[in-house]
Amino acid sequence: MHTKSIAAFLLGTALALGATGGALAQDKTVKVGVLTDNSGLYADLGGPGSTLAAQMAIEDSKLAAKGWKVDLISADHQNKPDIGTATARQWIDVEKVDVFMDVLNSGVALAVNNVVKEKNSVMINSGAATSDLTNAQCTPNTVHWTYDTYMLAHSTGQALVKAGGDTWFFITADYAFGHALERDTAAVVTASGGKVLGDVKVPLNNADFSSFLLQAQASKAKIIGMANAGGDTTNTIKQAAEFGIVKGGQKLAGLLLFLTDVHSLGLNVAQGLNLSSTFYWDMNDQTRAFSKRFAERAKNKAMPTMVQAGVYSGLLHYFKALEALGGNPHDGAKVVAKMKEIPTDDPLFGKGSIEPNGRALHPAYLFEVKTPAESKGPWDYYKLIGTTPADKAFRPLSESKCPLLKK
Amino acid sequence: MQALYAQLLVGLINGSFYALLSLGLAVIFGMLNIINFAHGALYMMGAFVAYFLLSLGGISYWWALLIAPIIVGIFGMILERTMLQWLTGLDHLYGLLLTFGIALIVQGVFQNYFGSSGLPYAIPDQLRGGMNLGFMFLPVYRGWVVIFSLIVCIATWFLIEKTRLGAYLRAATENPTLVRAFGVNVPRMITLTYGLGVGLAALAGVLSAPINQVRPLMGADLIIVVFAVVVIGGMGSIMGSIITGFALGVIEGLTKYFYPEASNTVVFVLMVLVLLVKPTGLTGRAA
Repeated sequence: MHTKSIAAFLLGTALALGATGGALAQDKTVKVGVLTDNSGLYADLGGPGSTLAAQMAIEDSKLAAKGWKVDLISADHQNKPDIGTATARQWIDVEKVDVFMDVLNSGVALAVNNVVKEKNSVMINSGAATSDLTNAQCTPNTVHWTYDTYMLAHSTGQALVKAGGDTWFFITADYAFGHALERDTAAVVTASGGKVLGDVKVPLNNADFSSFLLQAQASKAKIIGMANAGGDTTNTIKQAAEFGIVKGGQKLAGLLLFLTDVHSLGLNVAQGLNLSSTFYWDMNDQTRAFSKRFAERAKNKAMPTMVQAGVYSGLLHYFKALEALGGNPHDGAKVVAKMKEIPTDDPLFGKGSIEPNGRALHPAYLFEVKTPAESKGPWDYYKLIGTTPADKAFRPLSESKCPLLKK
Repeated sequence: MQALYAQLLVGLINGSFYALLSLGLAVIFGMLNIINFAHGALYMMGAFVAYFLLSLGGISYWWALLIAPIIVGIFGMILERTMLQWLTGLDHLYGLLLTFGIALIVQGVFQNYFGSSGLPYAIPDQLRGGMNLGFMFLPVYRGWVVIFSLIVCIATWFLIEKTRLGAYLRAATENPTLVRAFGVNVPRMITLTYGLGVGLAALAGVLSAPINQVRPLMGADLIIVVFAVVVIGGMGSIMGSIITGFALGVIEGLTKYFYPEASNTVVFVLMVLVLLVKPTGLTGRAA
């Protein structure tokens, strides 16, 4: 009798546990966190637009109709790695955030990357440029979606060297991103037979670039590579025009230039610049349809940048993986593994895949900024001058130093 | 060596912004005893007003140099009437906190409406182009900035130190009751002074619009450096802030040449050194 009741109790407990386990696998709640720069020099290229893109991905995934409950929160990391990691910890421990979106600024992204790995969460990075996220610092929890310094260096750098720009001087943002971009571009320049004549490291968020432009001018390099972004790049370009740099025969290379930068410079100043991007709103019917919906809801009616487009597409793919798993396992590495398993296919970036090191592959485009005469209306800024196919655009796995690849 | 001369000149150009801004701060601190943390936001407003005048009203840069400081100055006077005047006689900290709050609100509102990457403002046609000085290419506009701000700085100094109006002002801050007894409307004078200081900030904003992007945070980025300039020069000293403004621009320019990585911090290192040796700043009076 006694043993019988114990057995019954054990059986009951086992059944109950089994039932709970089953319920866990069917858990259909997700919490999405957009960690970005909401107030600083990168706020227009990511920022509130990234949150809007995530919101649109949640709506377009139609998960709610399938019985899912998706929450969205967003926070400003102020471009400070310490604030980024503190928010990340709080989001995972207290808010139970499942996936980190955007996380622009390479310094912040590399810091958050560690927290996400330690806590087995997920980061789908759209805005940070450093290629280290899928190279030496890759983790099983991070997918790098939109672009990286390796791609930018190869797409823009190679094209310019081929066009005769064989001597370079770099104006570099003095933190993880600028250093990575300069390093990757310099490697491409030298490999293509060019030469780097010098560089200058400039503190982030600088208003005055005249001193650095004078140094670039004195170097007599044919190309002045701007390894910076956002407000820093726009000020560099504006002041280069003022100092007659381009008129003097040197060419500016915007290694990372966003649609919003061109918009804020105006075509008069920005015309003729080359830039690389993996997304432009006016590529095809699908990108135009999405971008128009986006702009209607965005502040200032701005068209989406590639960072914001990447947040949308990356999140859609994440949801696909969750659906394929039949529920949210709240196990970051498991979800990312599923994301790598399924081929990517979305309206904005087209067909592609995610490499074992977390690098999402899709084509990269080389654009030239139109002249005011060529532009037909607001936001009509780019003309396509070259495409690098998905399998050539990013660092090949054979060159990757990602520890995940060493089995 | 050529490059070095070029850096000196560029430093002088930046110095003229520091001088104009720290001058306004010094005027406000000297006369009202308020540490005006809203100065950067008001500088930014000057640039934005110039942008609106041009894009909405077709009003040129030259008129903007006059109109923008007046508009922003009036805004400043409203601030003084409605908020700052209640702080008279209180600890500096209250003024600092209030103006800091005002700055955050103003910047937030602008950022909400105009984003962070800014708006374009072209160099006026008459000041386009540049001169080859042999050792560098000097954009005409930058040369104009140096000359114009020097004139404004000297005129302001003259107004406050050498005229009867300036004498009233200085007297009113020393002993308001006595000056009032002579029939001078002290509160109105204080309001006008704040308007003047704010107008100087807005003027610097208009000057900078063609060089830097017109961005909501342009003042926030600059104001900390300007405060360091004011502290080094000595709070409240008019000539001190003019000279320190130019000098620090030059020192910063040299740092950009020899060790660019430190160019954003050199001013603060100097501030620490000066305060260690002379706690009142280079030309400051003991409190």
